[in-house]
Amino acid sequence: MIPLYIAQFGIILAVFGMLLLAAAVMVYSERKVAALIQQRYGPYLVGPKGMLQPIADVVKLIFKESLRPVAADRVIFVLAPILSATAAFAAFAVVPFGAETTLFGLIEEPIRLQVADVNVAVLVVFAITSISVYGIVLAGWSSNSKYSLLGSLRSASQMISYELSYGMSLAAVLVLAGSLSLTDIVNAQQGAWLGFIPRWFVFVQPLGFLIFMIAGVAETNRAPFDFPEAEQELVAGYHTEYSSTPFMMFFLAEYINMVTAAAVAADLFLGGWHGPFLPEYLGWIWFLVKISAILFFYIWMRWTLPRLRYDQLMQFGWKVLLPLAALNLIVTAAGVIYCGN
Amino acid sequence: MGTELLLFYLFGAIAVAASLLVVLQRNPMHSVLLLIVSFCALAGLYIGLEAPFAAVVQIIIYTGAIMVLFLFVVMLLNAHREDEVDVGARPVRGPLRAGAVLAVVLMAELVWALVRAGGPRDGALSEGAGADAAALQSVRTLGNVLFTDYSLAFEATSILIIVAMVGAVVLAKRES
Amino acid sequence: MVPLGHYLILSAILFGVGTMGVFLRRNVITVLLSIEVMLNAVNLAFIAFGRTMGSVDGQVIMFFVVTVAAAEAAVGLALVIALFRHRESLNPDTFTSLKW
Repeated sequence: MIPLYIAQFGIILAVFGMLLLAAAVMVYSERKVAALIQQRYGPYLVGPKGMLQPIADVVKLIFKESLRPVAADRVIFVLAPILSATAAFAAFAVVPFGAETTLFGLIEEPIRLQVADVNVAVLVVFAITSISVYGIVLAGWSSNSKYSLLGSLRSASQMISYELSYGMSLAAVLVLAGSLSLTDIVNAQQGAWLGFIPRWFVFVQPLGFLIFMIAGVAETNRAPFDFPEAEQELVAGYHTEYSSTPFMMFFLAEYINMVTAAAVAADLFLGGWHGPFLPEYLGWIWFLVKISAILFFYIWMRWTLPRLRYDQLMQFGWKVLLPLAALNLIVTAAGVIYCGN
Repeated sequence: MGTELLLFYLFGAIAVAASLLVVLQRNPMHSVLLLIVSFCALAGLYIGLEAPFAAVVQIIIYTGAIMVLFLFVVMLLNAHREDEVDVGARPVRGPLRAGAVLAVVLMAELVWALVRAGGPRDGALSEGAGADAAALQSVRTLGNVLFTDYSLAFEATSILIIVAMVGAVVLAKRES
Repeated sequence: MVPLGHYLILSAILFGVGTMGVFLRRNVITVLLSIEVMLNAVNLAFIAFGRTMGSVDGQVIMFFVVTVAAAEAAVGLALVIALFRHRESLNPDTFTSLKW
């Protein structure tokens, strides 16, 4: 019993540390990849090839002065970044990232590489994502400035509009897998057809995957849907009035939301930790590879595509994406009933 | 058993305290946020009642959508704190206070009646509960029941939602 | 297992708090919030009974209550916005005459 608790606690610490490390790696890789796309050097001064740049950024941010506008609502101003960061971390708690393992025989029964094994895991991720809307809305409101308020209202309406398509493309995967638990969904994607095409849901549901990715980009406020943080139009949107540590928390929250969205996409559509050459207990390596591919795609999109205007964004979400997601769900349900698997 | 009771008291205390503050507190923005805290505490209680799907639905729909709507309206209308004097209002203090006292009396009566009545009488009832607990948790059972026994209510609810959407848009439109 | 009576007492207390709010508050939005508190108290009672009786009916009714509450909140807030446009006030005492 005791080693089990220690192993669980170790997993919690490992996930937390991994998320923080992932945010740091994302900061560095975003700047480096952006530089490569724009044909210039990225950070190269701090550390070998600039790899210690995130640490320099963090140190700089911590030493800055933490301001608060006089007319800002005191409690909500402090609460908003905390809410953002907490929701971002909490959403990863139910995402499994590896097969059942006994940690090389150290403990008696296998535990999953997942902080909490809930059997409505998909919905929990969805619920916590809908709470992260509040961090943004409250930040904009409590700053008591027009740029922040506009940015936060736009961001909130964007997020709740794209949550619908997010949920419907997710529902199509649930129809295929027959369970709400993420572990079951990943295990339903084992094996391969014809021996070499893996049974991932992305091959059964290409439209669903596309919709999920687009909605994920919109949910995490990344380009081309990053109107709330549009540097050119809105100063800095909802985090205009924040500096130093609260600002860092918003950025931490954004990167970890990206990592969570990529992890959920990898679990739902790309087969999670299943992969060809490695044994089952090293599946987390494949998981890392898949997440890295999706995150590279996110960064690539940001520095390649222009930003969508706000009304174009909302029209796209309601008039194009939502009907497509509904159609996808209906066709998937019909297919499952007809084929009977 | 001990932890369940402890968690019940914890979540129950949070829910009651947050609801009291919603009602007694002056700033509408803070009221909305406190109500969100109360909803999350209730979701915790639902998980303790072996209804995880209900808990998640509570968070997604109530805190994720309805409260965002309230927040938008509060921000849009710039709802003032209540002790600012409103020129056109004619306050009716007496009946209000009487009503509030009656509400407290109702609460006391209900609590007294429930304490006197005790729990369910049948021992057989809790056995039935134990056998069906696993089925209770299953979302599959829920979906089954919703689409077979309650399908009429389900379809009627979808019509209700469309009517509410159209009605809200029409009512809040600016006359131009 | 926490006995049913505990949940019902909690539900009664929340219902009373909500009713108190509907009477005491002079801000239309807070009155709507108190109505939501009352609806939640009822939800809690339904799910507690559902677990005790061992059927999913409690959860089903809770979904319908949540849906109706959502519809009611949407229409209620639209009404609040329409009223606010006419009188610039959120105090229900301002709207005491039938003619504008």
